[in-house]
This record gives sequence, C-alpha cells and structure tokens, in this order.
Amino acid sequence: MAGIYVFLSAVLVIMLYPLIYVVSASFSSPDAVANGKVFLLPVDITTIGYEAVFQNQKIVTGFLNSVFYLVAGTALNLMMTMLAAYPLSRKEFYGKKLVTGIFVFTMYFSGGLVPSYLLMKNLGLLDTRAVLIIPVAMSVWNVIIARTYLQSTIPDELFEAASLDGCSEIGFFLRIVLPLSKPIMAVLVLYYGVGHWNSYFNAMIYLKSPDLQPLQIVLREILLLGNVDMTMITDAAALEKMQGLSNLLKYAVIVVASLPMMCIYPFVQKHFVKGVMIGSLKG
Amino acid sequence: MRKGLKQMRKHWQFYLLIALPLIYIIVFCYIPMPGVLMAFERYSPSKGLLGSDWVGLQHFKQFFASPSSTRIIWNTLRIGLYSLIAGFPIPIILAVAVNEVANKRFKKSVQMITYAPYFISTVVLVGILAQITDPRLGVLNKIIELFGGDPINFMGNPKMFDHLYVWSGIWQGVGYNSVIYIAALAGVSKELQEAAVVDGASRWKRIWHVDLPSIRPQIIILLIFSVGNVLNIGYEKIYLMQNDLNIQTSEVISTFVYKVGLVNADYGFSTAVGLFNAVISIILLTTTNYIAKKTTDTGIW
Repeated sequence: MAGIYVFLSAVLVIMLYPLIYVVSASFSSPDAVANGKVFLLPVDITTIGYEAVFQNQKIVTGFLNSVFYLVAGTALNLMMTMLAAYPLSRKEFYGKKLVTGIFVFTMYFSGGLVPSYLLMKNLGLLDTRAVLIIPVAMSVWNVIIARTYLQSTIPDELFEAASLDGCSEIGFFLRIVLPLSKPIMAVLVLYYGVGHWNSYFNAMIYLKSPDLQPLQIVLREILLLGNVDMTMITDAAALEKMQGLSNLLKYAVIVVASLPMMCIYPFVQKHFVKGVMIGSLKG
Repeated sequence: MRKGLKQMRKHWQFYLLIALPLIYIIVFCYIPMPGVLMAFERYSPSKGLLGSDWVGLQHFKQFFASPSSTRIIWNTLRIGLYSLIAGFPIPIILAVAVNEVANKRFKKSVQMITYAPYFISTVVLVGILAQITDPRLGVLNKIIELFGGDPINFMGNPKMFDHLYVWSGIWQGVGYNSVIYIAALAGVSKELQEAAVVDGASRWKRIWHVDLPSIRPQIIILLIFSVGNVLNIGYEKIYLMQNDLNIQTSEVISTFVYKVGLVNADYGFSTAVGLFNAVISIILLTTTNYIAKKTTDTGIW
C-alpha cells in the first residue's frame, strides 16, 4: 500500500515541479534566475516581469483578440453542435443514418492542407477574424458526444407526449432539450473553449495582419522565435540586463497566458470527466 | 420510401434544424475533398482542378526518389511508435495506481493535478520546455552544473528530440488519458474483487486477473485509435520544437507537407505526400480494427 503512495507522490512531483518553477521564476529577479539561484521558491521577489507583460502592446492586443475568438467561436460552436446533435438523436428523424454517415466520414478523410487553404482563399476568409471562427464552427466528435448524451438522457416517451400535446420539433428543442442539456453544454463549452484559447496553427497559416493575431501567435514569437525588441540597446551591460528582463518576461507571459484555463478547469472538472465518459461510449 | 416521405413531411422541422450544420460540413469538409486530385496533376490555379495538366504518379515518384523521403518517413514512424509504446501504457498504470488509493482526498488531488497540464497550450508547453532546458539560463542545466556536469543544449541536439517530444507529451496527456480508465476501473465489480481476495489473491494478482481484464474493451478501443494515429503525430508541437540544429531527426511527413505546400506553394507535391500519409493511416486503422475484432471481439466499427 505504501508503495502506491510513494509512486503517486513521485508522479505529483514530476507533474508539479515544472509548473511551480515557472511561477517562481516569473516572480524572481532576473539576476537570480540567470545565476541559477531559483530552484523551487521565488528569490528576490519582484513583479517587473508582469509589468513588462502588461506594458507590451502586442501581448495585450493578442490577449484581447483571443478573448474575442474564444467567446464568439465557442458561442457558434455550441449553437451548431446542439443543432446537429438534436435531430441526430431522434429516431423520428428520417435519414438519420445517412446524415450521421456523412458527418462521421469527415473524421477519417479530409482534403488535406492545401485544398483547405485554397478554399479559405476562395471564400475570401484569409486574413479576417472569421477565419478563426467559421471554418472551425463544429467538431463532428463533439456532435457525436452530444448526440449520445441526448439519446441517453431524453426518453422517447417525453418526445412522443410532447408531440401529442402539439409541441413542434423546434418547440421541444427550445423548451425541453436545451434546458435538460446543461451538463453536456458545459462539457462542450470547455472542450471548444480550450481549443480556441490554445490553438495557433490556423492563425499562423490564415492570418497576416498583426492586429488580428491571437495570443498564442504572440507567445510563439516571444517564447520560441525570440522576437523581443532589443534593437535600441547598444552597450553590453544594458544588453545583458535587457536579456535578463526578456527571460523574466517569458516566464511571466507563460503564467498570464495559462492562468485563464488553469482557473476555470477545476470548476468544470466533473463535467469534463463526464464528457470523456460519454465520448467513450460506443454509439 | 413512401413511409419515409410521410415521416419527412411530418417532422420537417428536423431538416430545418440540421440544415446549417449540414451546409457547414459540405462546404468545409466535402468541398475540399476533390482537392486530393492535385496529387496527380501539375496544379495551376488559373486552369482549375479539372483543367490542370495530369502528371499521374509523378509527385509520388519524386517523393520516394528524393533522399529526404526515407529520412522523413523514418522520423515519422520512429517518433510515432515511440509515442505509442511509451505513451500508451503509462495512463493505464496511473489509473490502476489511483484506483488502489483508499484516501479520497489524496485520490482527488492526484487527479486534479495530473489533469492540469492538459489545459496548457502547445505553444506554452514548448515554451516551458525551451525555458527549462535553455543551455545558459535553464534550470535543468543549472541542476546539471550543480552536480558538476556540462550544460546540454537539449533543444538543439538531434538525438534528444524524440525523448523531449515523447516525454513532454506524456507529461501533458497522462492525466487526461487516464480519466477513461479510472472511470472504468471504478465500475469493476466489488464482489469479483472481494472473491479474488477471499481466494487468496495478492494485490498484484487481483489487478492482473480481475481489474485489467475488466477494462479490456477500453484498452483495446483506445489502442486501435492510437495505432491508427501513429503517423498523425502532433505536427503542431513538432513544428514548434523544430530548429536548424535538430531538423535531421525532427522533420516528419506532416510538417514537410506544410512547408512544401504552403511555404513553397508546391501544391501538387504537398498534396501527394499528405495523401500518402492519410492512406497509410486508414490502412493502419482498418488493419488494427480487423485484428482486434478477430482476436478479441472488440472494435470501433
């Protein structure tokens, strides 16, 4: 029994250490980080890294853009997914098998990168905000999860009874299905929301304008391409100081970018586990 | 047929509801599909998809004849198989361990903490990796120096690429991937477990003969998906981890497709390589599913 606890405690240390280190480094002085004095807790606590983050116009713009893509994108995702899942969950929907087949086929085969790019170009979506929202309006996998949920929670008798009372399909959808679907909608919001907040690839291939870029693209420039503006610095001492600060800024921006999701997920965790479970049902 | 029509008329509102999602699928998923024909032609936007000159299998021949193709295919296979072999069993091990814990609070904490990295974006993950392994400022090298070693440029070392990619992926995904097994293990019959204990089975024997066999369907289904996805490795992450120093071992089919197709605008060649990848993946998926169906009666379709 003790062996299990030792094993899991070791797992926890491995999971937590990188996260704790990043947070600690983001609050430590640049010198302490550069000289290897920070191992677990912050050394010479300071918030200049965060000040640099919030003074950086690119990061602020990226953050606001990401909030927009998150809210608008997730709202559209939710609407589209429920619109598709409801008819597909009803046996009265003639052609259900065919439509499901049409949907599911796209999970296994796609035209590929270049044809998709050319489609965006032909639709005039390149370098517009819409390109991060409309082409990813719905995920078939999530439709299947929502459909499975509706099939298992809303009994056929309820639909039949409502039909007899003269309730239309749309009326049933709005008055019965949606209110009963809150748990699955929470799962969908989480899945889609995390997806919007964390994705960078579509923005990289479809967007050019700097003022449209989501946070992840800005992060990539700062963290991985090393594009922190240091052109005005000439003397060596100032340069070294600047490099220390830019290193600190990297830690701080990692924290700022991850904080929204880290704060939200513990509250939706139980829904998220439920989503994985529904997804695992064969259907 | 007549019954169908009657049913369609009676429930016409269903079609109204699903119209928008269906249009979306047709426009964004089906309209690009014929684009795979580019793989067999010298595509020219002015001549269009059907008007461009057909070149047959030339792009495929060009790919297989080029010296880089062997390397790229090998990189894809190697990284994919390494991810599968290392990454597949670990969530099961974690789930079994979590399931053995009696203390509810400890159990909840372990689950909560192991899920956390899943919510970090790929860019941030690779950013953390780059920061921690930085040859000059990274804490990993500070620790190595503390023990008298020389700093290692992890991200710039082609030999390290696989390990960094696979183990950072396990770090990020192990909690999320264990959810399904933890839930399945929670459903294992208590009576069966107790019966095994009464019969004198040790903890390991019970896990091996009772717990694991009860979650076999979940294991097999996820294994089929994982094998089918061996070639579809995370190009978003690989692309971010690539640099001039490690490109020899880090270039995989999907990153190559992106560079040739969208950076160099060689549409036909890129589509051909992507199609090759997709076809092999579908073959892998169907074969694994077939074998699983034959041997264990479990499959995804």
